[in-house]
Amino acid sequence: MAALTPPGHSGAPSSPLPDALALPAAAALVAAGGTVGVLIRALLAQSSAPAAGAWPWTTFGINVVGSLLLGGLLAVLQRGPDVGRRRVVRLGLGTGVLGGFTTYSTFALEVEQLVADGHAVVGAAYAAASVVLGIAAAGAAIVTVGHVLDRRPARTAVDDAPGDGS
Amino acid sequence: MIVLLALAGGLGAASRFTVDTWVARRSRAPFPLGTLVVNVTACLLLGAVVGWALTHPGHGGVRAVLGVGFLGGYSTFSTASVEGARLLLAGRGAAAALHALVMLAAGLVAAVAGLWLTSR
Repeated sequence: MAALTPPGHSGAPSSPLPDALALPAAAALVAAGGTVGVLIRALLAQSSAPAAGAWPWTTFGINVVGSLLLGGLLAVLQRGPDVGRRRVVRLGLGTGVLGGFTTYSTFALEVEQLVADGHAVVGAAYAAASVVLGIAAAGAAIVTVGHVLDRRPARTAVDDAPGDGS
Repeated sequence: MIVLLALAGGLGAASRFTVDTWVARRSRAPFPLGTLVVNVTACLLLGAVVGWALTHPGHGGVRAVLGVGFLGGYSTFSTASVEGARLLLAGRGAAAALHALVMLAAGLVAAVAGLWLTSR
């Protein structure tokens, strides 16, 4: 995966665009992570299909926990430039595993199903609680991780991504 | 079956990355548009898959691989939450609320539209 390290001259952290040459490798990394995330979600969902009209606890838990973990992960990674090892971890674990683990499409269809089956109140509450708690979980993780890392002695300069030169 | 489903999920995640990168390069919206485009199209397509499965009983495997696998991997809830939280933490509460509401409303409308298209 060292091939993902951008060449020295393009390592400027100010550029928001990923290195065009690295896109296929980045997509492959996201695919590998996504396979793992989707597998975990499928195994969790397999063991507990919600009854008609019931709160979809599995998707709810997956989406809130996934939001918390992604918020925390990105808060750690953003301590340095998005190159080298940090970019590999962000794409593989963040965009791949956690992006694939959580799902918006299943969530939306569950809301639609609850409403269509005559459980409009449960459907609306499920939609609102998922969105609000997801944002709250991500925000809490970002703030908490930020505070914890601020308190630690600054040793991040040592283990910053190698190879991003200037 | 679960292996096929997971591999479809990986393909979905890579598709999300590709679409998101493509949209982000062209977008001038005041909030991140890539995840919105991905999730709304995912809802439309999952609605279509679920509607198709309703009228084609006995294809639960296709529904699982495409719906739980590919489209589950393509759509993402965690990135949407982080985008909302970042807007909120940047003091842009109105943008965060708009971002969440537009995605939810458009996602639900797209899901219903997808269902309607294939289950008639």
